[in-house]
Amino acid sequence: MFACLHGSGALTALALEFSPVVEATGAGTVAFDVSGLDRLFGHPQDLAAAIARRAAEVQVKANLSLADNPDAAICAARGFSGVHVIPRGDEGKFLGELPLDLLRPSAELRDTLERWGIRRFRDLAALAPLGIAERLGPEGLRLRERARGEAERKLVPVEEPARFEDAIEPEYPVDLLCPLEFLLARLLNGLATRLATRGLATDELRLRLGLETGATHERTLRLPVPSLDSKAMLKLMRLDLEAHPPPAPVVHVWLGTRPVHPRAAQGGLYAPMAPEPVKLELTLARIRMVVGDGRVGTPELLDTHRPDAFRMTEFGAARKAAQPPIQARLALRRFRPPRRARVEIASGKPGFVTAEGIRGRVLDLAGPWRTSGDWWTAEPWSRDEWDIALSDGALYRIYCEPKGWFVEGNYD
Amino acid sequence: MGAAALREQFDSFLGGPLDWRARPLPDTVPSGIAEILLPRGGLVEIVGPASSGRTSLLLSILAAAGARQEACALVDAEDAFDPGSAAAAGVRLERLLWVRCGHNAEHALKAADLLIQGGGFGLAILDLGDTPPATARRISLTSWFRLRRAVEHTPAVLVTVARQSLASACASLVLECGRECAAWSGAAPPSRLLRGMRARATSTHGSRTCSPVFTVAAL
Repeated sequence: MFACLHGSGALTALALEFSPVVEATGAGTVAFDVSGLDRLFGHPQDLAAAIARRAAEVQVKANLSLADNPDAAICAARGFSGVHVIPRGDEGKFLGELPLDLLRPSAELRDTLERWGIRRFRDLAALAPLGIAERLGPEGLRLRERARGEAERKLVPVEEPARFEDAIEPEYPVDLLCPLEFLLARLLNGLATRLATRGLATDELRLRLGLETGATHERTLRLPVPSLDSKAMLKLMRLDLEAHPPPAPVVHVWLGTRPVHPRAAQGGLYAPMAPEPVKLELTLARIRMVVGDGRVGTPELLDTHRPDAFRMTEFGAARKAAQPPIQARLALRRFRPPRRARVEIASGKPGFVTAEGIRGRVLDLAGPWRTSGDWWTAEPWSRDEWDIALSDGALYRIYCEPKGWFVEGNYD
Repeated sequence: MGAAALREQFDSFLGGPLDWRARPLPDTVPSGIAEILLPRGGLVEIVGPASSGRTSLLLSILAAAGARQEACALVDAEDAFDPGSAAAAGVRLERLLWVRCGHNAEHALKAADLLIQGGGFGLAILDLGDTPPATARRISLTSWFRLRRAVEHTPAVLVTVARQSLASACASLVLECGRECAAWSGAAPPSRLLRGMRARATSTHGSRTCSPVFTVAAL
């Protein structure tokens, strides 16, 4: 079974959503092989309805016909408007009324047929093949076969597009997120369907918004694992745009995806629990909306002696390390930023400490431990550290640097 | 046949008397400190004043969860977590999701709720250890019930750290920490050193009681 679309719009993209074998037959005409789709859609009428529905969704205006061979489908789509399904064996009868020009014969052949008074498919189909072979040669025979709807041939498939991207221009500048979300949903659904038909997924979404001011607003979303979940992607995109809204009304929306192979991994029966990646990404996006960017992730210690040196990395992206030895260690609870303190010195040692929420006499102490580093950079540091037990019952780490005294945290 | 005979026959068939009223014990996970077991699907509170060993116990729990290959989440209301201390205690930082709430308990509660509802973490921690008690007490009991319900019937453990118990009846286990002594060595500065601390964690909730003493060494 073959289908043909004849009209305007993204015909090839639409055809590729249904079949990998698509032929760009001519300007405004594509034919594609829909064999086997009856198992998905049922009767050819149901398949035709599904294609027509999708065409309406992606704003393709085209005639659609389904037939047992590609040429019959092409002729029907070019000759009849609307949706038609040609029953098997009735091709000749169905196409009989169509003008011969649809078969696009050579100029010489068309003149000959015109002189004979043959103007429609049924006139040519009624002629004896032997007589046509004698008078018109092989071209005439091929033309007769096509007029009878009996021409069998293979489609010449088009190259699959390497890029998966789509764009849309709203009728008026969009300045609210809600209508923009509708446009994004349409683009995302189309791209997800196109990826799915090729057995692909995506791990990166690139959004480019053309603004009324002439500027562009670009956002890139990376997914932790390849996915085709357009709903989750839309939610992620909405959360990202809520956090980074376009500065002006949007007049053009372009969305691109990076096609990758989907992750094929089976979870172990006894594997420890772990968050589902796409769901976790959504959760983290929501948390970032609450606590702010750069405040959610995995801490990674930096290779330096500078106190409190770490950076935040994406959760799950950090390199897996060997299990470090587990041992009970005295933990430091840091004050961020360190609390500025007033320290009374007695006999060259801290004697009384006052800071925000902290006030007490020093009962016991150890120090000072002098540390310094990065003196070869623009941000050198040096300090004298003390571990102290205060009369308020807690153990603190304080330090003195050129800017003054600070409480770094308490041991807990 | 009388009821007593029937019961005897039934018990002999089962291999011993059966306490029908006894509830099955919850599945537990080790905390890294002997005697302290944490109930899966439960809310565990670690309470105590500053320098009572709460955070050291917390790091021990995190390290044990990391050794079980579980993903852990730490919602840090006051931004007090020290990755250096955690790494020294054996915490697998690459398995830890750290949410820094910048001194906002309300944000911390929201973040914890989102994480727990999302599921997938073996250990979720809400650290309100430095949050002023007046602020922490404003968290309604409904919020605690919601968090408790979210972890119930899941293999996750929810641990909260605070100065005093906040979840009250919602908590499956409350561990009250207290410092016994700080260990110093050396006579006087500069040869004097803070060597560590001895702390006691006392269970003050539930039918099972324990009060193990644990020692933590300084870095």
